[in-house]
Amino acid sequence: MEPIKKHEGLVYPLNRANVDTDQIIPKQFLKRIERQGFGEFLFYNWRFTDDGKEKPEFSLNDQKYVGASILVAGENFGCGSSREHAPWALQDYGFKVIIAPSFADIFYNNCTKNGILPIRLNESNTEELIEKSENRQYRITVDLQEQQITDSQGFSADFDLPAYQKEMLLNGWDEIAVTLNYEQDIADYESSH
Amino acid sequence: MSKPKTIIEKIWERHVVHQEQDKPDLLYIDLHLVHEVTSPQAFEGLRMKNRNVRRPELTYATMDHNVPTKHRNIIKDAISKKQMQTLKDNCKEFGISLADIDHPDQGIVHVIGPELGLTQPGKTIVCGDSHTSTHGAFGALAFGIGTSEVEHVLATQTLWQVPPKSLNVQVNGKLGKGVTSKDLILAIIAKFGVRFGTGYVIEYTGEAIRELTMEERMTVCNMSIEAGARAGLISPDDNTVEYLRGRRHVPQDQEAYEAISKEWKALATDPGAVYDATVVIDAEEIEPQVSWGTNPGMCIPVSASVPDPIHAETTSKKEEIERALEYMDLEPGQRMDTVPIEHVFIGSCTNSRLSDLRRAANVIRGKKVHKKVQAIVVPGSFSVKAAAEAEGLDVIFTQAGFEWRDAGCSMCLAMNDDIVPPGERCASTSNRNFEGRQGNGARTHLVSPEMAAAAAIEGHFVDVRKFTEATMQS
Repeated sequence: MEPIKKHEGLVYPLNRANVDTDQIIPKQFLKRIERQGFGEFLFYNWRFTDDGKEKPEFSLNDQKYVGASILVAGENFGCGSSREHAPWALQDYGFKVIIAPSFADIFYNNCTKNGILPIRLNESNTEELIEKSENRQYRITVDLQEQQITDSQGFSADFDLPAYQKEMLLNGWDEIAVTLNYEQDIADYESSH
Repeated sequence: MSKPKTIIEKIWERHVVHQEQDKPDLLYIDLHLVHEVTSPQAFEGLRMKNRNVRRPELTYATMDHNVPTKHRNIIKDAISKKQMQTLKDNCKEFGISLADIDHPDQGIVHVIGPELGLTQPGKTIVCGDSHTSTHGAFGALAFGIGTSEVEHVLATQTLWQVPPKSLNVQVNGKLGKGVTSKDLILAIIAKFGVRFGTGYVIEYTGEAIRELTMEERMTVCNMSIEAGARAGLISPDDNTVEYLRGRRHVPQDQEAYEAISKEWKALATDPGAVYDATVVIDAEEIEPQVSWGTNPGMCIPVSASVPDPIHAETTSKKEEIERALEYMDLEPGQRMDTVPIEHVFIGSCTNSRLSDLRRAANVIRGKKVHKKVQAIVVPGSFSVKAAAEAEGLDVIFTQAGFEWRDAGCSMCLAMNDDIVPPGERCASTSNRNFEGRQGNGARTHLVSPEMAAAAAIEGHFVDVRKFTEATMQS
């Protein structure tokens, strides 16, 4: 996967809690056998009418968010199904960083396996980012090495993430290749069980 | 004396392959279940890197999400067809057993695992499906994974995992008559919320849990993920041992089975073991539940009324309720038992086992489905279907006006042709009432099989306890 070290980008605020993976990518698009090309179906039922026209009332269709690469959302983002098609769709659409007060466990893991940085940020900082980006174009810089989010007007917030995931994301490692370094341990376990 | 341990700690310790500071543990996986939707990209990943499946004999595949439940062999959707063919090709190429669409063992992956005895206490079990938590009913540590992790398990039979925190969900007392394990888990999620289990593995304990049958326990563990917990389990006991006895993948020799049963029961959480957190609920306070909103925490007793957003504690909660009510086309204060329905779905990995179908059949025996309602029953597996037919349940359902289908995930997520049309309402025994889950614009109400059956007859929700009482007298 692509490493991610530092990212500067446009913020798209999705001020909703419990956004589930059925909303991120509805099931009718899970039938493909490829990893690519899911971006056009991202938030499909929120973005489009039954006959495939853009719904102007859904904020992602707003011109000012064209090119957004940082999604900021409410708590428990990515709950529900384990479908990795959800992070694939977000990534294919252009999102590289997702910020929320909390994430569903499987979704969080799935992001880190695909080079998307999920950031758990406290509620007041998340709200501040949402507020700043709701009515205008707002850019922030996310520094994974320093575990810090900043903007050009003095906003600054630190975030936590597990050391293992940080290392994987910074280096863009193939996790299976890493694990195969422990092949002997796996073989030993198998012969003793 | 050694420190008392939870079953979670015991299973974990036995599966650690490698451990070091500041890193997750490398955990061995005993059983990897595979289905057609979340596996194609994983197999493709193996091919691209010229990797193999490490333990094909610990891997078992079936197709369930896409399969038609009628006219079994006519798959109109070319992309679905290709996805199913891809699984077939991959299983052949990598030497993995597959219960194909017309195989007698075919069924929903979380129904057939236990049925075949693949699911056993103490195992670590994964599948590219969030409802893998179902297998926890047997005292297995079972959790859903994404496709990258599917590929990782195929290649290495391991996963990097942080030891989970443990959460004791203690259910005191007994469930009332006519109140099911589905009502129990819905009430738990309604009470504690859709994310109280995030970061935890749940162990369900207490008198009410001990009294549940294995199939009822599967319903509870199945929905752990709707509370945010990747896994939920129940310590094994005599129920567990008796359910698994004689099943295909457990030791057939009696002496060997008694020996392994003893090991299984020893996995149970030790008295005095400490959990990271505990919540308590009283079984006696639980009534038959119906979901009113767009996540499984939005549930109320059938006798209650739809909540009013003006009572919400925060602005964001208020907006969430308003959005849910708008999507569901419900009014604040509306009584749940007046809400009319157009569809009934009895099925899914939550409620499609033989006992679920028996209980629903008991409610509708000799009655007719309401003229405005379309009702289907989708058994969880071919084997459930055959067993139900052997005792005449299919006749009870079809005479009442239900359609009797072949096994699959079906209308739970509507990836096949079993779709609820926009704006219509479905009483569903499945696990998720998310927007569009059963079809774009469809409105899902989660209920038990008994509640779904009673709603099918009445054309609206009704307290199944009163329904049964009234129809017994008439």
